[in-house]
Amino acid sequence: MIRAALDAIGTWAIPVLLVGIPLYGLTKKVKVYDVFIEGAKEGFNVAIRIIPFLVGILVAIGMFRGSGAMDLLTNALRPLVEATGVPADLIPFPILKTLSGSGSLAYATDIAKRFGPDSRIARMAATMYGSSETTFYVLAVYFGAIGVKRTRHAVPSALIGDVVAAIVAVAVCAWLF
Amino acid sequence: MLNYIWFGLMAVALVVAIFNGTAPAVTKGAIDSAKTAVEISIGLVGIMTLWLGIMRVAEASGLIAIFSRVVRPISRFLFPDVPPDHPAIGAMLMNIAANMLGLSNAATPMGIKAMEELQTLNDQKETATNAMVTFMALNTSGIQFIPATMIAVLASTGSKAPTVIIPTTIIATMSGAIAAVTATKLLQRFFPRDETPVIIEVGN
Repeated sequence: MIRAALDAIGTWAIPVLLVGIPLYGLTKKVKVYDVFIEGAKEGFNVAIRIIPFLVGILVAIGMFRGSGAMDLLTNALRPLVEATGVPADLIPFPILKTLSGSGSLAYATDIAKRFGPDSRIARMAATMYGSSETTFYVLAVYFGAIGVKRTRHAVPSALIGDVVAAIVAVAVCAWLF
Repeated sequence: MLNYIWFGLMAVALVVAIFNGTAPAVTKGAIDSAKTAVEISIGLVGIMTLWLGIMRVAEASGLIAIFSRVVRPISRFLFPDVPPDHPAIGAMLMNIAANMLGLSNAATPMGIKAMEELQTLNDQKETATNAMVTFMALNTSGIQFIPATMIAVLASTGSKAPTVIIPTTIIATMSGAIAAVTATKLLQRFFPRDETPVIIEVGN
């Protein structure tokens, strides 16, 4: 029931917004097409402005992943995390999720295939995947778009959120499943 | 902060490559990622143009101002430095709502619009404001009601009940968001906007 409603929102939201917003504008006597073009002009520049920020951050992450440093980090964290009862195969996942969207998607899919999609560990990985964003990508895109270079406490705050989300994801799944 | 993380990731990669002999993979990682970054940015041009146009219509017709007013009690707490009727509030609300509904294509341009609005309140254009950092904390937490990607992955690998992860994901993502926003509020005083101490010059 709730799921059907949310599915309907997913299907209809975009077309309804694309028609509804200009419709509201017309009732307010806005020259909707002219104003649309005026705003749309910025689109290209914003996308291009992001490039240097995104190249910078993704290249550093690509080098880090290519070197195999992730495995070293996983092995270093293993005794610490295993003591809490978290499956060892999940250790690299939150780190991967923070750095790479496609990498973490591949990793979660692999866990679902290896352990079965209804296993506890697959549900933990799936919950972790859905519970946070690819932090460094998000920060690079949004701060890049407006040219902010000094991000202050953005990185530590986001990482604290990522760690809490990962811990809660594992704890809730351990409790429920 | 990003200066050290950026250099750190690359420096660690080089050191690990020396011991692991993975230099070719590091090289490939650098070159492929540079290409991917440009492809992502160029891929955003169309969707960005469309939504920034629609957002301008929403702004001109007063729709964003209405949204700003609706969430005033929450926005006053989350973004005390932003005037409650400012268009930034409405744009941020639209971004967060789009994220929650899983409309990530629309969410990114709306979020960028919100950041541009926040930038108009910023007197040091290269330094983030408290409001920007709090807004980023909400975005990096990735608040969503339906983890559609993972439901699809579980279903395609043969799950009998792929939707069981909906409540667990909502609990985890909300916890992460609350933690991240709390962290921004607690940390902001330790990351002042002026890095250099103010020097007051005394007469001649």
